[in-house]
Amino acid sequence: MKLEPLGHASPWRALGVTLLALGLAFGLVGVVFLAYGQNPLEVYRVMFFGTLLEAKGWQETLRRSIPLLLVGVGLTLAFRTQFYNIGAEGQLLLGAVMAAGVALFLPVPPALSLPLMGLAGALGGALWCGLAAWLRLRFSVNEILSTLMLNYVAQSLVIYLINGPWRGKDVRGYIYSDRFAEYQQLPVWPGSSVHWPTLLLGVLLALVLQFVLFRTTLGFRMRVVGENPGAARYLGLAEGRVLLGLALLTGGMAGLAGVGEIAGIHHRLIEPGQLSSGYGFTAIIVAWLARGHPALVLLTAPLMGLILAGGDLLKVSLNMPFRIVDVFSGVILFCLIGSELFLRYRLRLR
Amino acid sequence: MEEVLNALARALSFGTPLLIACLGAILNERAGVVNLGVEGMMALGALAGFAVAYGSGGDGNLWLAVLAAMLAGALAALLHGFVTITLQANQFVSGLALTMVGLGTAGLLGKRFEGLPLFNQPPEWPFTLGAIGLALLLALVFQATHLGLSLRSVGENPAAADLLGIHVLAVRYAAVAAGGALAGLAGAYLSLVYRPSWTDGMTAGLGWIAVALVIFVGWSPIRAVFGAVFFGLLYYLQFRLQGQVAIPSEVFASLPYLLVILVLALSGLRGQQGNAPEALGKPYRRGER
Repeated sequence: MKLEPLGHASPWRALGVTLLALGLAFGLVGVVFLAYGQNPLEVYRVMFFGTLLEAKGWQETLRRSIPLLLVGVGLTLAFRTQFYNIGAEGQLLLGAVMAAGVALFLPVPPALSLPLMGLAGALGGALWCGLAAWLRLRFSVNEILSTLMLNYVAQSLVIYLINGPWRGKDVRGYIYSDRFAEYQQLPVWPGSSVHWPTLLLGVLLALVLQFVLFRTTLGFRMRVVGENPGAARYLGLAEGRVLLGLALLTGGMAGLAGVGEIAGIHHRLIEPGQLSSGYGFTAIIVAWLARGHPALVLLTAPLMGLILAGGDLLKVSLNMPFRIVDVFSGVILFCLIGSELFLRYRLRLR
Repeated sequence: MEEVLNALARALSFGTPLLIACLGAILNERAGVVNLGVEGMMALGALAGFAVAYGSGGDGNLWLAVLAAMLAGALAALLHGFVTITLQANQFVSGLALTMVGLGTAGLLGKRFEGLPLFNQPPEWPFTLGAIGLALLLALVFQATHLGLSLRSVGENPAAADLLGIHVLAVRYAAVAAGGALAGLAGAYLSLVYRPSWTDGMTAGLGWIAVALVIFVGWSPIRAVFGAVFFGLLYYLQFRLQGQVAIPSEVFASLPYLLVILVLALSGLRGQQGNAPEALGKPYRRGER
């Protein structure tokens, strides 16, 4: 066997390799199902029929795609600039905290409440991510570690708030804050919990950022900083400023995702595990699948949304732990990055 | 005095899994491979160790359990090795994937062991002393043996090592597997020794702290001992001070993580990261510079 370098991978080759990688991933996860004592075919039948063929399943998939879309678009840009932000989970929580703070304690006219919640949430996520970027620029702290550690800190913060100063009046068993007023809740698609304004915002941002990345000087800077830091320095591009701006943007979008979850679905600040169920980590795959194109996230977010919604179904119908979603995420990620070699090289059998 | 000794003993016992995992990470990073999957490998090791100990009646088969844990860690690490060394994928992202797979698989397959008791609790000190001994041994191997020299040259300058006839990929595979075995052992310490039981998520971020510790101690096995005791002491204080002072418990819970960030910032300020192996995180391709 021999590897022959290819000049440039065509989009068709990329699509083929990606589909093969996904197929392999589903096969490997099937082995885990076997080890767990379930027939993989039966599991996949439950997952896909329940999510694709029923209206409820569609809505659940869509609802779970919204945070993945917002976070994923931001991460696409971050990875492109080689800023490995894996703290979207914490940034999402900070967004939820700031929005809840505005909703619960800031006396503003009802019409201003929701916009201010959105702004505060974006700011919270942006600052949480900006902190990691600043630490990298000023102290060369690896952002993978700092953003991950900040996830744990954000979780503690949420628990402290809803268990302490923000604890709701009617709390029994679970801890959470007071409920938001009617005008502080995002409208939903009738009969579902799809908060469509956030969905619309996500779609819009994906398209706008795709345009910015490939059609503007700012986007050109981001691409140069990511693909060739040496050239960026030579050209006198302010690498630090590009990185910091980008960190604020991806963190801000994760913060918005947090606002969507509490203003659109839960209507109060709740425990971190229920608030997010790992959107920050799943979005890493969403972004990686999109291979640096924000607009492609419009396809990859629903794909991972389907796996999250499918995980819910497996929990309910087959009594499986939700951890199965982690297995899916990890195996898909492995297969994706492992297959990248075959974008650059052709395997020749001799 | 007694209080101080007691604190130190607890710090050592809590620092032991950190030290073992950290030494494993130092080993594979010295050969040029970053593996961020320590948390996942620890979870798999903890489960494999517990499952074997429980399955074999919980007594007398400690060695078998420990061996199973190390094997589980090594196998998981080889997955990372295959993807990053042979398929030349991004090491950071692959480590992340390994964490997800490890935590997920351990949580899934470990469900049936949740809440089961293990009757034989082995003593902590052989593990602690063994870990310190291993640190000394590693330091010796790195500094004074041909093997250590080959390992380090693969991490510093793989092309030069290749020219000298060292099989770069084989050395990297071996180092990655050994690092994984140690992460698995660290997990087994948790599920067999520290609190003999299995719960999902029992590694609680320890693997990540071990990864950060590597940078803090500048890839030195000897300094890793002190780093691990330091973090062990912090955990001890977290338990000791809880409820004693008017500070919410969540502050203590997030303290280790905040401290990791602080410690990394300090390492950055001191230029500690200049100690990193030159080729760390880069795949090796023959014939390319």
